[in-house]
Amino acid sequence: MTRITVTVDGVPYSDEVEPRMLLVHYLREVVGKVGTVVGCDTSNCGACTVHLDGHSVKSCNMLAVQADGREVTTIEGLATGGELHPMQAAFHENHALQCGYCTPGMIMQAVDLLQHNPNPSEDEIRQGMEGNLCRCTGYHNIVKAVAAAAGSMSSERSDA
Amino acid sequence: MTAVDDRPQAAPEIGNARRRKEDQRLVTGRTKWTDNIQLPGMLHLAMVRSPFAHAKIGAIETSEAKAVPGVMAVYTSADIADIQGVCITAWPVTADQKTPDHLPMPGDRVAHAGEIVAVVVARSAAVARDAAELVDVDYEELPAVLDLKAATTDEVLAHPGLETNKSAFWQLDSKGGGTGGDIEEAIAKAREGGIVIEREYRQQRLIPAFMEPRSTVVDPTGEQVVMWSATQIPHVLRFCIAATTGLPESKIRVIAPDVGGGFGGKLQSTPEEFITLAVARKLGKPIKYTETRSETMVSAHHGRDQWQKLTLAAEKDGTVTGLKVDLICDLGAYAAIVGGGVPVLGAWMFNSIYKFDAYQFNCTNYYTNKTWVDAYRGAGRPEATYAIERMMDELAAEVGVDPLEIREKNWIRHDEFPFTTVAGMTYDSGNYEAATEKAKELFGYDELRAEQKRRRDEKDPVQLGIGVSTFTEMCGLAPSRVLGSLNYGAGGWESASIRMLATGTVEVITGASAHGQGHETAWSQIVADRLGVPFESVEVLHGDTQIAPKGMDTYGSRSLVVGGEALVLAADKVIEKAKPFAAHMLEASVDDLEFSQGRFTVKGTDKGVGITDIALGAFAGHDYPEGVEPSIDADATYDPVNFSFPHGTHLCAMEVDTETGQSTMRKYVCVDDIGNIINPLIVEGQVHGGLVQGIAQALWEGAEYDEQGTLVSGSFVDYTLPTSADTISFVTDHTTSPATSNTLGTKGVGEAGTIASTPAVVNAVVDALRPFGVDDVLMPCTPERVWKAIQSGGGTQDAETTSAQQAHFDEGTPNQDPAAGTTDGVVQ
Repeated sequence: MTRITVTVDGVPYSDEVEPRMLLVHYLREVVGKVGTVVGCDTSNCGACTVHLDGHSVKSCNMLAVQADGREVTTIEGLATGGELHPMQAAFHENHALQCGYCTPGMIMQAVDLLQHNPNPSEDEIRQGMEGNLCRCTGYHNIVKAVAAAAGSMSSERSDA
Repeated sequence: MTAVDDRPQAAPEIGNARRRKEDQRLVTGRTKWTDNIQLPGMLHLAMVRSPFAHAKIGAIETSEAKAVPGVMAVYTSADIADIQGVCITAWPVTADQKTPDHLPMPGDRVAHAGEIVAVVVARSAAVARDAAELVDVDYEELPAVLDLKAATTDEVLAHPGLETNKSAFWQLDSKGGGTGGDIEEAIAKAREGGIVIEREYRQQRLIPAFMEPRSTVVDPTGEQVVMWSATQIPHVLRFCIAATTGLPESKIRVIAPDVGGGFGGKLQSTPEEFITLAVARKLGKPIKYTETRSETMVSAHHGRDQWQKLTLAAEKDGTVTGLKVDLICDLGAYAAIVGGGVPVLGAWMFNSIYKFDAYQFNCTNYYTNKTWVDAYRGAGRPEATYAIERMMDELAAEVGVDPLEIREKNWIRHDEFPFTTVAGMTYDSGNYEAATEKAKELFGYDELRAEQKRRRDEKDPVQLGIGVSTFTEMCGLAPSRVLGSLNYGAGGWESASIRMLATGTVEVITGASAHGQGHETAWSQIVADRLGVPFESVEVLHGDTQIAPKGMDTYGSRSLVVGGEALVLAADKVIEKAKPFAAHMLEASVDDLEFSQGRFTVKGTDKGVGITDIALGAFAGHDYPEGVEPSIDADATYDPVNFSFPHGTHLCAMEVDTETGQSTMRKYVCVDDIGNIINPLIVEGQVHGGLVQGIAQALWEGAEYDEQGTLVSGSFVDYTLPTSADTISFVTDHTTSPATSNTLGTKGVGEAGTIASTPAVVNAVVDALRPFGVDDVLMPCTPERVWKAIQSGGGTQDAETTSAQQAHFDEGTPNQDPAAGTTDGVVQ
């Protein structure tokens, strides 16, 4: 067992973990962040996407010990002060989710996408989200939601 | 209580694009997936699965696994023999159907790779999986039948004890059934002076691939055994458990919490559920089993898998006179819960929207040593729609007219409804002309046809193909008497209850069990309108047999058209029950009351009382009329009188690079007629998702086995689900022909997109390639298959598409590219 210290959604945790434990299992089983889910075992689906030091990673694709000393944000830490993050609001407003299983990963990836490219074209959104699988929506409304969030987030920036 | 209603005139909720109530918890990660559940003392399972497609099970050595710290038990079939239950089929399609026993954990023989032969119970899932590796099973391999056509010869048997691979033969014949003419006569006549088109199409095997892997938790520690499961069918599952495990139904509570998609793939009572239950009962402790994705792929049921032989008879002008369908269908190793009934559902759909004189549907089901096959989005209807819509395009090509013209010549006109088809179904309403007209306009049909001609004339290496699919389907399973006449093991009704709470809110209980469809929102809209209460005041409860004790669950596009009608019945009962209370409170006669927007008023006066005030009065029970119970709550069960028949026109433009075989979707337009729409936002979402699943069958997906019976497309690396980068944005619209068979005028929409889109895409690909002499491409239409079709100037049904070496590399022939050396670079 190895001791790691990880900040998850703003709260520091210190735990003994098996060195082989995946970050997603640490989040779900040790920290109790079950909003982040597992959809595959080959790192194709992206359902487990979280932010590590502000950038999206598939949390099934790294070990918990690799997150030692770092900061993880999950879907549960995205809304602040009771207000949905603009990306969460855009997913709701544009009906970009049905069963909702892929949604946490989709939203975390979309937030990261806009950090790199605040005004993406449809094609750039489609390319930027291709590592996250959805079986319900046909992606149509997810693409719409990301574009809408880009619009609302850039207008927020210009207001500031 | 007689205060003036000062609420503003409420806009009707039905038809309103309400944002979903479900979303708040889903976008913030506050979800209740089965795998999230942790209970005190909970133990975890790992399954030991057969790597062989067909084998006798010999000795199973478990001692090494049992010795692993943290392992609590290892069980094989004998250990749970008396409590493991049976995976039953609800639909033996004929009285003489051969049905192999399907134990959750067989003890003597495995019939497909992935079958469970032992289970490890441990304190963590990781320890259980480690220990499962140490279970040593002796297998004696048996010959396996893997190919469907090979299965028909009975040379190798999937289940030697059955002495044949054939499960059942099922026929619908228009002459025999008195619904139309003699098919053989129609074909003979067409052979003499008309057109006969004969084709064989392949419906490849698909994997539903819901995003949430299946998971089951069983807690046996209370008075009732509680099972949480990622299932579409909590009520049916409870029945199956009670019917086969010896547990009384009243001692079983099944909960489907948040369920992450199903698409038919979670319409099953699974070995994994039964084994988790058996282990929990044996150890008396809460047990969790969550599968890996690789386990989902090989053990959760697959879909489709048919060969379709079709003979279409027509007059010279393209008027179809008959259609004969001969299907062989692969059930996999076992008859699943709907099982052999899935292809039979196609019987009423091959004739689709058309007026054929004669029709015959022959379906023979076979077992093979592959994963079992059952419902996948559309279940029987996509297969039928694909076949007929491909055939109508072939007929158009033969006659030399536009594919839409040949359809119009044969379809049921809008003034002919209600129309009883050659298959004996009565379509209540529809307007194929209107949907087609609107779709053509949105698509820019004439312009794209002009561009297609231009590119053909210019010999553009990238050709444009236009695909048409004018589909209908039957959904809303189903009138119980019809199901009974088909030997189906259950009814098709749905139930609803409405509880008028004392403080003004309303609890709605539905037997339909949503897993992404948005019932909580749509049901709230229906009840809000019917009872005149605010949308926000309605709470929809479902998916728990203790909360919603009666239900037939969610599949077959039934929730709204059946479950929604149960809601209407229950709401109307609430209003009826409230009436004497209102009369009592208003000191009026019930005959003088009117109910509108949540209030009873006395005709011709300003006296009135709100239904929520009546609920409070009934709750208090201090002063209520004689002869009634102090409650206005109501239960209702609705049995549909007919199926519902949505239809639509889908148009697809594909660009096909004739040099590489790569197909790219350029435009997709669909105009669906699903009757009245409760929530256009939810409807649009259903259509989009359905489209992509159907498009995926056309272009990308296929479950492939090797010659050993190993599923080679057994993970998301190899089973290629479409991504956002593979797909485009769609144009969706509607025409409205309200259903006449239900109060709300709705028709199902859940499966429509999937049913319609596959032939639209393949028709477009084939349309692009017709100048090359191509009349078919095997699904999925990969670049390799498209390229080969172009090279061979014909269909690819018989082509070896995986092992054939490219001609390019033939010895002594340095360059076999037929286009090389031609001046324009285009293959002729």
